[in-house]
Amino acid sequence: MNNSFDYSNIKPLTLAIPSVSAKWTGNDFANAVKVRWGIGRNNSKITPGIYKIGNPNSQSDIFVSANYKLSFDILRKNLNAFDAWILVIDTKGVNVWCAAGKGTFGTENLVRSINKNSIKDIVTHRRLIVPQLGAVGVAAYKIMELTGFRVIFGPVRASDISEFVKAGYKATPGMRRVDFPFYERAKLIPVDLVYWKYRLIAALFVVFLFSGLDRSGFLFSKMFQTSLFPVLNILTGYFAGIVITPLLLPVFPVRAFSLKGALCGLIFIAILNWFFIAPTIERIALGLIGIAVASFTALNFTGATTYTSLSGVKLEMKWAIPFQIGFAAVGLLLFIISKLI
Amino acid sequence: MQYLRNVATLKLNTGLCTGCRLCVIVCPHAVFEIENKKALIANIDNCMECGACALNCQFGAIYVKSGVGCASGILNGILNNTEPTCGCTGTGAKESSCC
Repeated sequence: MNNSFDYSNIKPLTLAIPSVSAKWTGNDFANAVKVRWGIGRNNSKITPGIYKIGNPNSQSDIFVSANYKLSFDILRKNLNAFDAWILVIDTKGVNVWCAAGKGTFGTENLVRSINKNSIKDIVTHRRLIVPQLGAVGVAAYKIMELTGFRVIFGPVRASDISEFVKAGYKATPGMRRVDFPFYERAKLIPVDLVYWKYRLIAALFVVFLFSGLDRSGFLFSKMFQTSLFPVLNILTGYFAGIVITPLLLPVFPVRAFSLKGALCGLIFIAILNWFFIAPTIERIALGLIGIAVASFTALNFTGATTYTSLSGVKLEMKWAIPFQIGFAAVGLLLFIISKLI
Repeated sequence: MQYLRNVATLKLNTGLCTGCRLCVIVCPHAVFEIENKKALIANIDNCMECGACALNCQFGAIYVKSGVGCASGILNGILNNTEPTCGCTGTGAKESSCC
């Protein structure tokens, strides 16, 4: 073998490590759109392990990621100018922040992953860049104790990584803040819209069916003739709570999500009423149901926000849920009465 | 954006604080500030009880009852008689920056 290539610097271990590109393919874009609509979410996983991006060596940085495909894709896209390693830990296909809350993106799992992938043989330095939101599950001092690696908490957003590294692994206060701007809220709407579909259909079916109630019993013709307004009330409440409330979140001058939703529902149902002629009792009945739907779905948006606390949501639910159930129950009762008088 | 006032369970024992700044680094809502080489809770109503500060305080100076501030997660917890769990895994998984 007369070959000038120097094999002595290359360990077989690193040769076998798969490379990934920073570029997104059409499939990656399609995946990003699909998971936002809740399609194939549970199969959107990356095989855990160590990956190369560019041509990393024993001095190159190691970035830690979850094995949710979208998390990994966003990270590698932002490492386009890097020669680095990506350590993907098994979070069961859940993103970093949520997995950290559940403990899968956690100290124990990271230590296991460092050992299993022989990270100490791949690099000579002892630093790991962990996304800041991973700090919910990863105790930096324990990683140091157990593996000798110093955890550097990177910025919240992968798009700040390049600047963060250039600044000597220092994040500006802005890079450390989680905000919740319009487009972030908008991105979360499709999944919620799809998430409640069966309960929506059930609610629509109930008012559709009850529309046919009559003093004489049940009339199919009445059901078909009068069910449009009730169905639209439910749909209006649903869209007010799931679409409009999140979009206009800071516009409603109250802090409780159930109140934001109720307010939004009230406004849109008032508009709906302007277009329809119906007995007052039926308007009130359906309004109460629609507002309850808007209030409940808006309250559920707390699960998608980046700033609501467990104690706060618990406190809000204590008074909001009884009100919502009350509104819906009274509304349904009045609706039935309006059909029988 | 801020959620309800005066509900966060976050507590800081300044006596144990060494001013290592890690709480300032990991907090996503700038709850902490450093003054005279010690941490202080500057914006308690910003706290979302994620627990990152308490987990990363090796001196045990921070307490917070952490968990997911998620209504359906809390409902799941009540219905299944467990701690609040976010519906991030399993069918109908929710997408968000948190879960």
